[in-house]
Amino acid sequence: MKNTAFNIVSIRNDFPILNSKVNGKQLVYLDNAATTQTPKVVIDSLVSYYSKINANIHRGAHYLSQKATEAYEQARKKFQKHFNAKSSNEIIFTSGTTHSINLVANGFVNLLKSGDEIIVSHLEHHSNIVPWQMLCEKTGATMRVIPMNEKGELIFSEYEKLLSNKTKVVFVNHVSNALGTINPIKEIIRKAHKFGSAVLIDGAQALPHFKVDVIDLDVDFYVGSAHKLYGPTGVGILYGKEKWLNKIPPYQGGGEMIDEVTFEKTTYAKLPNKFEAGTPNIGGVIASGVAIDYINKIGFENIAKREIELLDYATKKLLEIDEIKIYGNSSNKTSVISFNIGSIHPYDIGSIIDNEGIAVRTGHHCAQPIMDYFNISGTIRISLSFYNTIEEIDSLINSIMVAKKMLS
Amino acid sequence: MTIEEIQNEIISEFDMFNDWIEKYEYIIDLGKSLPVIKTQYKTQENIIRGCQSKVWLYAENIDNKLIFTADSDAIITKGIIAILIRTFSNQSAEEIINAKTDFVEKIGLKEHLSQTRANGLSSMIKQIKLYAVAYSNK
Ligand SMILES: Cc1ncc(COP(=O)(O)O)c(C=O)c1O
Repeated sequence: MKNTAFNIVSIRNDFPILNSKVNGKQLVYLDNAATTQTPKVVIDSLVSYYSKINANIHRGAHYLSQKATEAYEQARKKFQKHFNAKSSNEIIFTSGTTHSINLVANGFVNLLKSGDEIIVSHLEHHSNIVPWQMLCEKTGATMRVIPMNEKGELIFSEYEKLLSNKTKVVFVNHVSNALGTINPIKEIIRKAHKFGSAVLIDGAQALPHFKVDVIDLDVDFYVGSAHKLYGPTGVGILYGKEKWLNKIPPYQGGGEMIDEVTFEKTTYAKLPNKFEAGTPNIGGVIASGVAIDYINKIGFENIAKREIELLDYATKKLLEIDEIKIYGNSSNKTSVISFNIGSIHPYDIGSIIDNEGIAVRTGHHCAQPIMDYFNISGTIRISLSFYNTIEEIDSLINSIMVAKKMLS
Repeated sequence: MTIEEIQNEIISEFDMFNDWIEKYEYIIDLGKSLPVIKTQYKTQENIIRGCQSKVWLYAENIDNKLIFTADSDAIITKGIIAILIRTFSNQSAEEIINAKTDFVEKIGLKEHLSQTRANGLSSMIKQIKLYAVAYSNK
């Protein structure tokens, strides 16, 4: 059973896109925090779904509909198992992290009142800020912010001071997309629960790097996107404790989420259908289940080992560049490096190395509060996956040197 | 020179370059020679939207010619706006309004610009034309 040998050649062959050329150059894909590439087994599963069992689920009595329903529900079971959730009723499929967060934030509209407080962290992606601001506008609740330090870490003692009996929800990411910082979510959750507050963890940037155990974390809501998890776009995951999912109202109305409909009153379906109005992304959900199988087969221990190696090497090489400044220096971070070189605009470097086939992200990474903290307009961000190589990091460094020379 | 003559001049300059690196180096040089906007005009309302880098553009009417000045925090963006200013500055509003803008494709720039930068370029041209329209109505 043991298959721990990490064979990079065969792994790279699993990802057709990694062999492509862009701008006449070999693609070097270092933007994995934006979206991860898709292994062939996942692509095949999409093709197979549409070629063999495409049908609407939970509705038809016919053969295909049953096949599609079984495959869809089996994907739900895979996520339940992956998260160690108690019941598959606790796994809701959405269209992405953003959708999952909006679903939960909307669920609190009737649970909050003026004077209540909700707590966000300084390290959040805009999609874990804006839906909650909208909630505050609707309810009169106030948003408090956990501050960060120079290293890009949350200041835990300040968090403790913000908590009180007024706190109703705390929402923090597991890993910062802009800096890679891994937040101490287990402790954050434990403290919030002492005040009876619910906690939502945005796991978009954590899921590709570690296995999450929702029971061990005792988290109320945990959300993520399949496209950052080697799955297809258009599929999101929402784990919610059953008691919370029963408590909050449905987000969208429509087919599939009802029990009985008359013009006088509709009663809602039970979990998980209550939150899955309309026809979901059936093929995408099934393929996301295949992605979960794929990464579990590689193994999270192997992934962590490989990514730490790449992170250490890239950090060391980057630090050899004159005038480089790396943002986010927590000792506890994922394989993400955000940096600037001297006063060169990140976008200039990004554009030049793009011509060399190198894909990185530049800008504020949908995390403007972090950029404001460092008083910069943006950074260059590389985010490494287990399928990246030392040679690719060398190409990155060479291209940056070319860009730096051109720009200074 | 007319706008068209200037555009042809720019096209032939870019024709001399063999690869994108030379083109970029030239653009970066142009960026350094951009007629820079006065600080008092570097305001929120003179910022062009649609650019990943910040771009400020200002126009004034001197003897019935529009004079453009600009700035950006990114040097490549500065170079691109310098090309546009060289083309459109010191021309009458009417000529700017009627000018063709396909020289941008002809210098082969778009294929080396990321989509966001290409969008930014379109926003800059649009803003230049809007200034011309505004002044021609005065
Ligand atoms: C931490 C974090 N939260 C939320 C999101 C939004 O995810 P999606 O666009 O898939 O909804 C992202 C994507 O970049 C992210 O990194």
